[in-house]
Amino acid sequence: MDDVSFTVPRGEVAALLGPNGSGKSTVMRILTGYFSPTAGRISVGGVDVAARPVAARRQVGYLPEQVMLYPELTVRRYLTFVAGVKGLARGTTRAAVGDVVERCALGDVADRPTGTLSKGYRQRVGLAQALLGDPEVLVLDEPTVGLDPVQTLEMRSLVRGLAGRTVLFSTHVLSEASAVCSRVIILARGHLLAEDSAAGLASRMAGTGRISVRVDGPAEAVGTTLGQLAGVTRLERPVPDGQPGVAWDVIAADTDVVRRTIAAAIVARGWTLLELHTAVPTLEDLFVRVLDAARGPGS
Amino acid sequence: MRSFVALLRKELRSYFGSPLVYLVAAAFLAYSGYYFHTDLSYFVTFGFGVNIMENFWQLLFMDLRLVFIFAIPLLTMRLLAEERRLGTLELLLTYPLRDGAVVAAKLLACLVVIAMLLGATLVYPAWVYHLEPFPIEPLVACYLGMFLLASACASYGLFVSSLTDSQALAGFMTAMPLMLLWLLSWNEAASAGATLPLVRGISLFNHFQPFAVGIIDLRDVYYFLFAIGAFVWGTLRVLEARQWRGRR
Repeated sequence: MDDVSFTVPRGEVAALLGPNGSGKSTVMRILTGYFSPTAGRISVGGVDVAARPVAARRQVGYLPEQVMLYPELTVRRYLTFVAGVKGLARGTTRAAVGDVVERCALGDVADRPTGTLSKGYRQRVGLAQALLGDPEVLVLDEPTVGLDPVQTLEMRSLVRGLAGRTVLFSTHVLSEASAVCSRVIILARGHLLAEDSAAGLASRMAGTGRISVRVDGPAEAVGTTLGQLAGVTRLERPVPDGQPGVAWDVIAADTDVVRRTIAAAIVARGWTLLELHTAVPTLEDLFVRVLDAARGPGS
Repeated sequence: MRSFVALLRKELRSYFGSPLVYLVAAAFLAYSGYYFHTDLSYFVTFGFGVNIMENFWQLLFMDLRLVFIFAIPLLTMRLLAEERRLGTLELLLTYPLRDGAVVAAKLLACLVVIAMLLGATLVYPAWVYHLEPFPIEPLVACYLGMFLLASACASYGLFVSSLTDSQALAGFMTAMPLMLLWLLSWNEAASAGATLPLVRGISLFNHFQPFAVGIIDLRDVYYFLFAIGAFVWGTLRVLEARQWRGRR
């Protein structure tokens, strides 16, 4: 990590966004006190992590990237153990464990050994143990990675249900960040690329739209026509897939307007429009965008 | 404190929830019973009427020492190596407690098991006393010395267990040096004269010798406490090195 500074205001849900190997997990391990930084300062809930590690850790609930549990303990027994280690008073443990079991919908498996659970349930047990002790800050490392689509949606709604707490969660899926978060922190290769609100991210993404077009018509003429349309930034040739027709990817600032223009132009020439769709921008598109912006105009 | 108790309970539960500790206890008691029987036969046949401390209890405790050399690596190999292999160590070290509490709970749980094994052997002196009363005080020194020696070996085992995620390797690397030290301690006459005092000074087993004949020398007590402290310190440094070691 090098020169990474960011703040997550109290009560906000922030995403730590970056490709694999960008340092997301390292940031989180430093925040949770598992790693200690060689330089710099970290404070969680106003408590300095290096100066008062135990007090700082009390404020944080952590869901590691791979949730590792003691396979022989049942879910309830495991959570009771965690409650004890987190220093919950004996009288309140049972109620606290019951509460997180319910909140994470673990009632069906509460008395099963954690070694027999599926990935989705293990992830929920991981979230449940993070919630024990009612920490003010939650640090969730890729909470949806490896889950099936249904589990992913469930996990996201669990995360959204944490409203009121400060949440930092990491992901390499752009749509997830925008679906759940109010704030986005973008990392690449250990550097901070950008820190922005979700709305700001959306505006950064504007102009990276990609429209895939497939036309039954003369290859040369189609390309020339598309390239000359108003609002088109540039054209890209997709990898040939053997399908009939001429395919082009149109990069445009305002995809909503441009796709209408494209459709009208093709129909006006008397060609047949076989396919037209707008692709969802990917993290790669965002990175290209952010990196371009960082290099400055004219590059 | 509550955290520490929770950790200790979990450690004890994982000891007594697995068959290993029962197998180790069965083997320990079988061997120590065998030694008790043969040493007592020897004493009755050849040494009856002379000092029971030197001619019986000393022999028995020297033999028990060997049984512990085999038992302790089996009890300590799991302690941190398993947490490393499962990956549970990461989460454990992010809970609001100091690394020291984790290490202390693990060592203490192991010492509880060792104390139980040692406690079970109390039936031998009780039985002998029932047949023929003898002075008890020197025997207290034997038990104290045995417990200190076993604790020092256990803290060494804990240290080794922190170095690897393989239980087998941890067990092997605990047993081998202990075996070597044991061999050296009764073969030391063969070692060179000049180095002998040095070897004696650091050898785990030579510091046990006075206890076995009923003498509590504070220097030996300090030696064992120092050894335990040194290995606990080493274990903590290994845990701290997690940043450049990665997850394992």
